[in-house]
Amino acid sequence: MNWTLPENIATYGGKIDAVFWVITIVTAIAFVLVEVGIIWFTIRYRQREGRRAHYTHGDKNLEILWTAIPALAMVVLGIYSAGVWADIKGRESAPAESLHIGVRAKQFEWNVTYAGADEVLGTNDDFTIRNQLHFPANEPILVWLEAEDVLHSFFIPQLRVKQDAVPGMTIPVWFEATRSGEFQIGCAELCGLGHYRMRARVFIHEQADYEAWVGEQIASRGQTGEAEETELATAASAPEAADEPASTHDHSAGGM
Amino acid sequence: MEAHAAPYYRGGAPETGLAVYTQKVGMWVFLCSEIMFFTGLIGSYIILRFGASETWPAPGEVLNIPVTAVNTFILICSSVTMVKAFAASETGDKRGTRLFTLATALMGATFLGVQIYEYRELLHHDFGPWSGLYGSTFFTMTGFHGFHVFLGVVCMTWATLKAFRGGYDGGNYRGLEVLGLYWHFVDLVWIILFTIVYLI
Amino acid sequence: MATIVAQPTGVPVVEEHHEMSFIRKYIFSTDHKVIGIQFLFLSLFFLLVGGLLAMMMRWQLAWPGKAMPFGGLFPEAMAPGGIMLPEFYNSLVTMHGTFMVFFAIMLLLVGVYANYLIPLQIGAPDMAFPRLNMISFWLAVPAGVIALASFAVEGGAAGAGWTSYAPLSALPEASGVSLGQQMWIVSLVILGLSSILGSTNYITTVINMRAPGMTWMRLPLTVWALFITAILALLAMPVLSGALIMLLFDQTLGTHFFLPASGGQPLLWQHLFWFFGHPEVYILILPAMGFASEILAVGSRKPVFGYKAMVGAIIAIAFLGWIVWGHHMFQSGMNPVLGTTFMVSTLVIAVPSAIKTFNWMGTMWRGNLHLHSPMLFAIGFVMLFVIGGLSGIFMASAPFDIFIHDTYFIVAHIHYVLFGGALFAIFGAIYYWYPKMFGRMMSERWGKIHFGLTFIFFNLAFFPMHTQGLAGMMRRLYDTSGYTHTADIQDTHLLISFSAFALFASGAIFAFNFFWSMFRGERAPDNPWNATTLEWQTPSPPKHGNWEEAPVVYHGPHEYSHPDVTDKDWLAQNERPDVVSPARH
Ligand code: HEA
Ligand code: HEA
Ligand code: CUA
Ligand SMILES: [Cu+2]
Repeated sequence: MNWTLPENIATYGGKIDAVFWVITIVTAIAFVLVEVGIIWFTIRYRQREGRRAHYTHGDKNLEILWTAIPALAMVVLGIYSAGVWADIKGRESAPAESLHIGVRAKQFEWNVTYAGADEVLGTNDDFTIRNQLHFPANEPILVWLEAEDVLHSFFIPQLRVKQDAVPGMTIPVWFEATRSGEFQIGCAELCGLGHYRMRARVFIHEQADYEAWVGEQIASRGQTGEAEETELATAASAPEAADEPASTHDHSAGGM
Repeated sequence: MEAHAAPYYRGGAPETGLAVYTQKVGMWVFLCSEIMFFTGLIGSYIILRFGASETWPAPGEVLNIPVTAVNTFILICSSVTMVKAFAASETGDKRGTRLFTLATALMGATFLGVQIYEYRELLHHDFGPWSGLYGSTFFTMTGFHGFHVFLGVVCMTWATLKAFRGGYDGGNYRGLEVLGLYWHFVDLVWIILFTIVYLI
Repeated sequence: MATIVAQPTGVPVVEEHHEMSFIRKYIFSTDHKVIGIQFLFLSLFFLLVGGLLAMMMRWQLAWPGKAMPFGGLFPEAMAPGGIMLPEFYNSLVTMHGTFMVFFAIMLLLVGVYANYLIPLQIGAPDMAFPRLNMISFWLAVPAGVIALASFAVEGGAAGAGWTSYAPLSALPEASGVSLGQQMWIVSLVILGLSSILGSTNYITTVINMRAPGMTWMRLPLTVWALFITAILALLAMPVLSGALIMLLFDQTLGTHFFLPASGGQPLLWQHLFWFFGHPEVYILILPAMGFASEILAVGSRKPVFGYKAMVGAIIAIAFLGWIVWGHHMFQSGMNPVLGTTFMVSTLVIAVPSAIKTFNWMGTMWRGNLHLHSPMLFAIGFVMLFVIGGLSGIFMASAPFDIFIHDTYFIVAHIHYVLFGGALFAIFGAIYYWYPKMFGRMMSERWGKIHFGLTFIFFNLAFFPMHTQGLAGMMRRLYDTSGYTHTADIQDTHLLISFSAFALFASGAIFAFNFFWSMFRGERAPDNPWNATTLEWQTPSPPKHGNWEEAPVVYHGPHEYSHPDVTDKDWLAQNERPDVVSPARH
């Protein structure tokens, strides 16, 4: 049972978690200082007969002190965070050599487009799979994120990646996984009645396995690029039926 | 005792408040809010326009600039008469007060009339709020300005009646001064709108 | 003491005692005190409504898809067979946030106390524009009714979150809600107008109607906070109104402001909303800070520590509040460089807040703390606001916000600042000013019990949400059980929900105390807390016109335990010290 951040499998995840721990320490100090102080004062100075409060309007030096220290802390924290932010989300941060994948979000599914045999995205031999994101570990991935109808948000907790998908925009998102495994994409932006179940499965392969997988996908499709429901894709959404109240399911199936 | 000398009584009780009368302060404060309202609309217009600059039609193509130019002139004149009306009431000049409040109200009404005419023309040529970003922003901004003029005209009509019933006689100028502040503001907003929507 | 209160240097107020009809006196009254009390009932009602909606959300989150108790009462469109539908859950979240922010907390802080306190604390007979004041109340009522009614219409109430992000909020076909969303918009436009008129009134009153001697640096911190808050509302509300109207037009007139299909920009809505929204959240905390400062001084029998710095901090927060809105949009697709600048400005806001926090502690230090209910809630406010503020630092750091954005960590933050912060201060304020408002004391015993239970269950309900957020649990989810990465902490929802129900129950204790004391509470003296500010130097409740003779102010607002004043530990603002103890001067 984990009480803090989930396992990190992103190359840059360490930086994010480091920021978390730094802030935790800074705020913990402030927290203890304030809470302990207040509780102590409350007990120590509670009303007593004949006690008269100490009359004062403040203390210059003290006030300068407790203005300067937090100010300093914040400036340092700001500079530190700015660096990490630029490394991860900066416009130039994405590695030049990376595998391009297209992700198009719509109510309530993730359509993932892969470069076909020619290994370039945006050509007509691309193929699209619904609710499945496959990519190799230890290789930078560059996702071109789009939305069809409303806002969605592309969130893979273990990869420490979150980016809103905005209709009318194509937003580059990059990440690199340090190990293979199976995870989930969650949608983090309220997008309608199906928001809560707008999930996709993430399969991180070893290099070889990934190439093999792409190979069979291309083979199974011939050269056509239109989206296709693989039995895997349907499997991805199958368990939903189980963990949802019947009524809901019917509705969302019948509904928009 | 230095520590607490500051807030401690040193005799006397200084007078507070501004030298300006309350209604005037109130109107100034309210206008600050109005400024933010139009800032929001105009800001959005600028952002949207720069976002779609290539597809943005040149004003002349759609809008009838000459007519609106004349209309703008009328509105500016109404501000002048507004000032005169206020001045007249201040100096207790009854005729002036009545004449100029009436003139202001009429010119404001004229402005509205012309704007309605303009709208009808545009809608005839099937240019409406639904006509892309240009239509959306144009009608929203000018529409809300028009609404403000309308409110102004209503108040001015009321003020005119009051003037003719001698309500502003004897140097009772405050009503007109406060109303004037609003009127000039609406006028100013139009000059900005005219510039960025019709000219640039 | 009565012998020295208010040296009659002031001009006698002409008591106009023409008998007013019940309607004019209690319904369409122009008396700022009556209006304040009207706002009090209105906003407490919406606090109750918002709380009830929250209870339903908590049920669904803890027991997804289980029929609600009394669930049978709901129509098919909301909860067939008592089982809540996802779209109904979205409406609940949206309207919970809307009611709490706009109709409960905002009206409680500004509607109630700006109206009731400003004239009394600055020594004015009433507001600058009493009729305008009445109008602003009677605009707030229909606004609330419309919002409530939207649950009953076709398609249900708005369901795009209290932030109503476009395009979801602009596209009925995408949200399934059309009329409900439009009613939400209209309701907030009307409320905006109400608060603009109100603010105009408050600002003008403070600027021009202060009693002789009530200089700016002698204003009680409550007035300072409410004054600055009014400025924020005055300038922020119209921006929201503008945005709302564009959104409404997108739905009704076919405009394209936020619809990308024809060149509109979804992000524009977020920029407009948060340009209003962040000042708004400070509207929701500054008055609370004012109340807390005031109550801490009275309870500690000490002047506010660093009065000038406190005023400065209020102004600084209000100013900085205008340049941080982008911290809600770090992951929105906004240019990351902008993100960096917003991150820095946001972190800077921690500094004035730090000043306030430490000055509150300074006020308690070496005091003589009377731990009555108002004081307890004020202390609770400081303890909990700090937690909410510190969690804000995590989000302010853009890189870490990547992970916690739109998770329950945010929800925890919201509630620590808005409930632990604003609402705790409000409870304190209600206990503190109740005697002045109704001429009776609230039960001290039940007040303490209310505080104890609220403090415990509040923390039990909302602290675990930090954990959920850190585990990556997303917010606004109808059912959180479908995610593998949070599967093992799904159970925390149970603890949270049980605590939430208990929290609601302790609210009921308050409600009981509130109404019971109105009729059975012991009669209140004019100045039950031995407080120095002007409202306590006039009868409880004050008559129409507030003063027997207009007060004259001689010194600062919180003169407690002054060494020169020997026979008591306080010195009212309108008392002449040389009269109290002729020894000096
Ligand atoms: C009363 C309301 C209130 C207040 C006062 C605040 C105060 C702050 N808020 Fe919060 N905020 C909200 C209400 C509020 N917020 C709401 C409602 C949302 C969610 C909106 C939505 O639905 O999406 C939100 C969301 C929100 C976000 C967006 C998160 C996201 O969506 O990803 C961020 C990010 O920066 C943020 C930051 C802050 C900061 C830095 C402060 C600072 O002002 C806090 C400063 C205070 C302190 C820091 C504590 C006291 C200081 C000390 C004890 C000194 C020592 C401290 C240090 C040295 C660090 N808030
Ligand atoms: C001041 C604001 C405020 C307050 C007080 C509360 C109070 C509560 N909130 Fe809420 N909450 C928000 C503001 C607030 N909330 C906002 C802005 C959001 C974001 C919305 C969005 O995402 O769009 C949110 C979202 C939110 C969520 C997230 C939902 C989701 O993301 O899926 C949850 C989940 O548990 C929740 C729960 C609760 C609970 C259990 C309470 C409990 O504390 C309620 C306890 C009950 C009471 C406090 C009322 C008791 C009654 C009285 C005291 C009145 C007495 C009556 C008379 C005297 C007449 N709230
Ligand atoms: Cu897609 Cu939420
Ligand atoms: Cu904010």
